[in-house]
Amino acid sequence: MSTVLLEEEMTDTPAAPARLLSAGPAAPGQEAAWEQFTKIPLPARTDERWRFANVKDLDLTPYLQSQAVDETTREDLLARSRGLEKAAGRMVFANDQLLSREVLSESLTQLGVVWLPLEQALVEYPDLLQQYFMREEAILGGQKFAALHASQVRTGMLLFVPRGIEIDLPVEAFHWLHGANSSCFPHTLIIAEERAKVTVVDYYESSDANAPGLACAVNDLWLGAGAQVTYICAQNWSKEALAFQINATVVGRDAHARSLFAQLGARHVRSESVSHLRAQGGRSDMLAVTVADNAQEVDARTFQIHEAPNTSSDLLYKNSLDDTARTIFSGLIRVDPGAQMTDAYQKVRNLLLSDDAEANSAPGLEIEADNVRCTHGATSGQIEQEELFYLMSRGISKRAAQRLIVNGFLQEVIDRLDQPEIGAQLAQMVQAKFAAHR
Amino acid sequence: MPTEELNQLAIDRTRGDFRYDVQYQYDAGTGLTHQTIDYIVDAKGEPDWIRDWRHKALDVFLSKPMPTHWASKDLENIVFDNIRYYLAGGQKPSRSWEDVPEDMKRTFERLGIPEQERKFLAGVEAQFDSEAVYSNIKKAVGEQGVIFVGSTDGLKNHPEIFRKWFGKVIPTGDNKFSALNSAVFSGGSFIYVPPGVKVKHPLQAYFRINAENFGQFERTLIIADEGSEVMYMEGCTAPKFETATLHSAVVELVALKGAKIQYVTVQNWSPNVFNLVTKRAIAHEEAEVKWIDCNIGSRLTMKYPGVVLKGRKARGEVVSIALANDGQHQDTGAKMIHAADETTSNIVSKSISIGKGRATYRGLVHVPKHLKGCKNNTECDALLINSTARTDTYPAITVRGTGNACQHEASVSQISAEQIFYMQQRGLTEAQAMSLSVNGFVNDLVRQFPMEYSVELKRLIDLEMEGSVG
Repeated sequence: MSTVLLEEEMTDTPAAPARLLSAGPAAPGQEAAWEQFTKIPLPARTDERWRFANVKDLDLTPYLQSQAVDETTREDLLARSRGLEKAAGRMVFANDQLLSREVLSESLTQLGVVWLPLEQALVEYPDLLQQYFMREEAILGGQKFAALHASQVRTGMLLFVPRGIEIDLPVEAFHWLHGANSSCFPHTLIIAEERAKVTVVDYYESSDANAPGLACAVNDLWLGAGAQVTYICAQNWSKEALAFQINATVVGRDAHARSLFAQLGARHVRSESVSHLRAQGGRSDMLAVTVADNAQEVDARTFQIHEAPNTSSDLLYKNSLDDTARTIFSGLIRVDPGAQMTDAYQKVRNLLLSDDAEANSAPGLEIEADNVRCTHGATSGQIEQEELFYLMSRGISKRAAQRLIVNGFLQEVIDRLDQPEIGAQLAQMVQAKFAAHR
Repeated sequence: MPTEELNQLAIDRTRGDFRYDVQYQYDAGTGLTHQTIDYIVDAKGEPDWIRDWRHKALDVFLSKPMPTHWASKDLENIVFDNIRYYLAGGQKPSRSWEDVPEDMKRTFERLGIPEQERKFLAGVEAQFDSEAVYSNIKKAVGEQGVIFVGSTDGLKNHPEIFRKWFGKVIPTGDNKFSALNSAVFSGGSFIYVPPGVKVKHPLQAYFRINAENFGQFERTLIIADEGSEVMYMEGCTAPKFETATLHSAVVELVALKGAKIQYVTVQNWSPNVFNLVTKRAIAHEEAEVKWIDCNIGSRLTMKYPGVVLKGRKARGEVVSIALANDGQHQDTGAKMIHAADETTSNIVSKSISIGKGRATYRGLVHVPKHLKGCKNNTECDALLINSTARTDTYPAITVRGTGNACQHEASVSQISAEQIFYMQQRGLTEAQAMSLSVNGFVNDLVRQFPMEYSVELKRLIDLEMEGSVG
């Protein structure tokens, strides 16, 4: 894809924002993607890749092209962009405009690390974008939304970590969605060369927790031989947002990718995550925690593709569901012919807290090599009355006891990151969601 | 393996692979139109309500697309216009073995049916192409009021029971192939077990396709009245033909309050048969339905026996064994629809893929809201013998509410080299060791089969395993 991204001028245009569907491509060079987007129909109920999903909820008509935020909002959002205490760098975007870029660690600049907003990277490192920008096709059903992203993306984060460089502290990016019915298209592209090591955290937030809006994000991770990349995406869009996330992780020889998607916000979120285990010894850990309440629909599709021998993948998705929330987990492990000695695991666990919540699980396997170890499991259940009783008998209220149990349930996933600071922050976000509930 | 044993196996392997030239009195020709339906109804002398029913079903069949958006593209290779939909010798089902025409008798003798009956089976229904040629129930069972007849006989002579349930468990429009069956069904069994009657011995049916390009569409309806118990076994074979043959059956089971039905299938169609079968049961209060389903033959099997758990404390179970060899795709699984409180279901599936074979598990578990105390357990294990074999697992589980629990587990593995080494070291050949190991893999399921079936099954597995090593 040859996309040209133009640097937007920071001008306040008072004209009414255009409807997204009639907006056309965001900039010259994005026409092809726009054409593709308009050509592909919205998903149909009969499409297996959208099984269980409420496809009627995907209407994009209400959404507008987003506008630059004013100075007061800018100050406000910057103040609210509280990330980790210690980070190597932090970018803050609002409505697809870079608000700030803080380099907090020496190592980022001195070691040849390229860490730029996408529009700048395009000017300075066109070859890099040519080689990696949205190179993996969205194969889990979200082509239309990937095309929409490609036609609208204006900024995002490019992080290139050269050979042998290890960035100790995490790199962060905040993406804010501001204004009723506005839209944003966060993009994160991480390229880790041989033996490079980095951790990246994306925060997706809305300025108004109740404003409707559309977010359509793409995050791609490329791991060279022996690289180690940990990626965390904390999705906390407004309660009324419609959100898409399309992820591709390409794992090279002996490399180790770890990703965690925390799904907290949005009215309806569709998350697609694909791990390509492309060379021997590669490993991908795919993690997710979901706290769904009210009428939320969290629709997660995953694909673990073992393309080479001696690769491993380990997926653990945990959903807690309250009120009339619905979750969908549809995952597939694929072992290509010849990918011997594959070790693949996939597990989804649903904890139902209300009688009207609904958990759909479709864990799948497609195996075309014989010397493999592939297992998957799916469970759906509720809090054991005995556990609840135990806590309540110690003077803890029923609700608090319930939360403690849910926390414990989700913590197992968060602990798998082996990053205590980030873990604590995620746990805090989960707490905040509980506190805001009812 | 000693030569002697090999020879024995070689002979056995072709057990179902023989064919007789039979002069069919009725032949609906190839292709399917409304005229074909009229031909079948006239030939069978069926009442008018069934004629209308069949015509409607044909419209449904023609209007439905092939389910290739989720199923194998191999379905597109079925040429409906080349299939013969009705073939029959024209005689009424015979009551005694002597009345069966000589040539058909030879067929069934080769299949070993009369011996089995002599042994202990309560009743045998053998279907040769479209019509049942021989059916008999042992006196004792008949005296208990058990009805065991062909489906045509059932709809003509027992309409009061037949019509009440026919097409109610699996409606015509359930899927393309259930509609096809509803349009052209012929043969199959109709069984009614009166309240409280426990049929001691299994009832058995044997299905066989004899003619080339023939489609077999039997329809089976079993009703177990309150507190009754029955076990039904079916086996199927066909000779090898050059061109594809279609078998598309519909099996409906109704287990009324407290009744128990066990339905055993050993499917060993020849590798040119498309085996597209819809099987479903309704289990009322405290009833139990168990499907034991073993698929060894056919080119493509698509079969997902289901239980609709309609009454409180009903229980459904599916035990499934699939063996996929070169050129075969066993797409099997189970459906459990929980529709009442405290219903429980269990699915255990084991598949073995050999050579270029492909085994697929497809499952559906549905627990809708406001139900309490529902439980489902699903286990699927797949064994891959060669590097070219393939296995897939596609379960779908929907659970609502806090009163229920579902768990699904699946694993894929190969035979451990250590095990094989251990056995070889004790003097077994590699093939014997493999066979033993595969039999061990399915042993806990095979044990649930009636004795003579489990023996046959072990033999079939041994046969299929032969030559697959190396």
